[in-house]
Amino acid sequence: MKTFKTLALASVFGLAAAATASAATLDDVKAKGFVQCGVSQGLIGFSNPDDQNNWTGLDVDFCKAVAAAVFGDATKVKFSPLNAKERFTALQSGSIDVLSRNSTWTMSRDTTLGLSFAGVTYYDGQGFMVPTKLGVKSATELNGASVCTQTGTTTELNLADYFKANKMEYKIVAFEKNEEVLKAYQEGRCDVFTTDQSGLYAEVLKFPNPADHMVLPEIISKEPLGPVVRQGDAQWFNIVKWTYYALLNAEELGVTQANVEEMKGSANPEIQRLLGVNVKNPDGTDADNDFGKGIGLGPDWVVNIVKGVGNYGEVFERNLAQLKIARGKNALWNQGGLQYAPPIR
Amino acid sequence: MTGFVRTEDAPTLPAPADLTGPWAAVRKRLFPTPISSVAGILIAALVFWVVWNLIDWAVIRAVWSAPDRELCNAPGAGACWPFAFAKFHQWMYGFFPMEERWRVNVVYILGVLSMAALLIPSVPGKPWSALFFFVVYPIITFVLFVGGMFGLPFVETTQWGGLMVTLVLSVTSMVVSVPLGILLALGRRSTMPIVSLLSTIFIEVVRGVPLVLVLFMAANMFPLFMPPGVNPDKLLIAIVGMALFASAYMAEIIRGGLQAIPKGQYEGAQAVGLSYWKMMGLIIMPQVIKIVIPSIVNHFISLFKDTSLVTVVGILDLLGMVQTGFNDAKWASAQTGNTGYFVLASIYWMFCFGMSRYSQFIERKLATGTKR
Repeated sequence: MKTFKTLALASVFGLAAAATASAATLDDVKAKGFVQCGVSQGLIGFSNPDDQNNWTGLDVDFCKAVAAAVFGDATKVKFSPLNAKERFTALQSGSIDVLSRNSTWTMSRDTTLGLSFAGVTYYDGQGFMVPTKLGVKSATELNGASVCTQTGTTTELNLADYFKANKMEYKIVAFEKNEEVLKAYQEGRCDVFTTDQSGLYAEVLKFPNPADHMVLPEIISKEPLGPVVRQGDAQWFNIVKWTYYALLNAEELGVTQANVEEMKGSANPEIQRLLGVNVKNPDGTDADNDFGKGIGLGPDWVVNIVKGVGNYGEVFERNLAQLKIARGKNALWNQGGLQYAPPIR
Repeated sequence: MTGFVRTEDAPTLPAPADLTGPWAAVRKRLFPTPISSVAGILIAALVFWVVWNLIDWAVIRAVWSAPDRELCNAPGAGACWPFAFAKFHQWMYGFFPMEERWRVNVVYILGVLSMAALLIPSVPGKPWSALFFFVVYPIITFVLFVGGMFGLPFVETTQWGGLMVTLVLSVTSMVVSVPLGILLALGRRSTMPIVSLLSTIFIEVVRGVPLVLVLFMAANMFPLFMPPGVNPDKLLIAIVGMALFASAYMAEIIRGGLQAIPKGQYEGAQAVGLSYWKMMGLIIMPQVIKIVIPSIVNHFISLFKDTSLVTVVGILDLLGMVQTGFNDAKWASAQTGNTGYFVLASIYWMFCFGMSRYSQFIERKLATGTKR
């Protein structure tokens, strides 16, 4: 009985200790010396190991940016390749600190899983691919087309909605597996192949004749992909969220990996606030330029991020330009896209 | 008119021309009847066609050196070998740090040597080989793989991958499953009700759920039961799950062997006064093992291939590692997948064929009582 009591007490204290520990993710991360980041097991352009075992991709670079913000060193991050089915459990159970695994931000995920989405690092959506010889330039010209898709996915439902809304006829050619869909499209059993647009760009790389196919500009569904953290730790949530905003603000203000040191001397007050320089006025009073303080980091947190991975545009260019993915919806708000960050002030 | 009586043997004529010579054997075996001749020719043509296409793809049209995907994606290109060369180290070692890979190699070499000492009958010192392989070798492997002691840097299991993980998973489950399976089988046939009941419940529950489910529960549900912050190692859980799963199947294989032993063997052993464990160890088990070798090897082979299921819980074994490589934008091309799967199939086949041949050799060697 005594042993049992001791055990029970120990487990209660253990739980309490663990609960407080998980509430301050930043302290945990600092104590262990690295950010544990959940990524995809392999997705072209988003997360994939290269020949030298280094993880690369947009999702991967975001984790490196978080590590750079916290430690001033973009290499202090470890990656856990996760399956789609286990990704949220891994975050809930605390085996990772941030999930950056092309996860779509939906209301149910945001509200019922005890998790919070920190931003949209990539605006994806369902798109169409057609053979170039079809001569189609826009999805609105697809009346009467036969469309290859996967059964039982939202892709199929979005497709029905889009064609109905545009009063167009279509014939569906559906398969159970993605490989079958691709094969059918390549064999010419349908005119159009539809899935998420980033997926279309990735798949066309594996076609024997990529030049014979084109991705149409339209996006017919919303798939906002972004990093996720556990709910209930506002500080860590803010760090992840503002790392994303810092990447965007750096691009907007023209701060790049190459010119960040030079930019520290800029007279532009916005850049000064972003990079946390001139924290003190010449007369010794606080110039209110230290914004890292609010999230428990040093004043040079953005400098570290940009030095580590560059700004959002550079990250995008490095990982997705090789897939020939255009900025599109992921351009900055002042260039016709959706990427918009609140100001740092 | 006298009858003809042959007084001497008829002269020995040479066999008819169509029954001798190299062609006779060919004709008799390959073209005995018109129907089988046609079938034989068709099958030969099919085999030739498949083999020719394979050679055409793997050798003649193959791309042998290229810096990235461009050449592999040229129309009509065959296998993309540069992809396999660039990724091969990942398929073998996963993300094990480059400068620490000698540790894995040492384990591989020691493994091959000690297995050879254990499995080749003419090598002396079997008890010592067994002691080394079953006791010393696992310790050496653990120290070298995990590190963190004797000045070796610590390597997390998340950095393990490829063939290394496949072998760790399958060899551990195989080695654990035999003794555990024997105990469970004896337990199930035991006359002690609690032992028998518990063994039966364990076997039936574990055998009644799919391995994928066991892995999912181990990797995803188990951490939820743990206090937050306690993160049991995923690979370790997978190993334990697979080993228990394999033991349940092994128990039933052994039980099948036990039932094939005539009751007289048990009674004879008891009549000379052997205890239960001596009876089992000296009389029953040696006969059982001989009977169940084909089933055990069958089970080992399927276990070796089943390890690829761990990809569903995010452990990158050989299959998972190869598939991950397909999504490297540097190499993604029409032939990348085919090349990877071809190499993968060859590696799996080599291991399984090796196991199969060895089991046949042992069966012949042990079939002393039933040999004609």
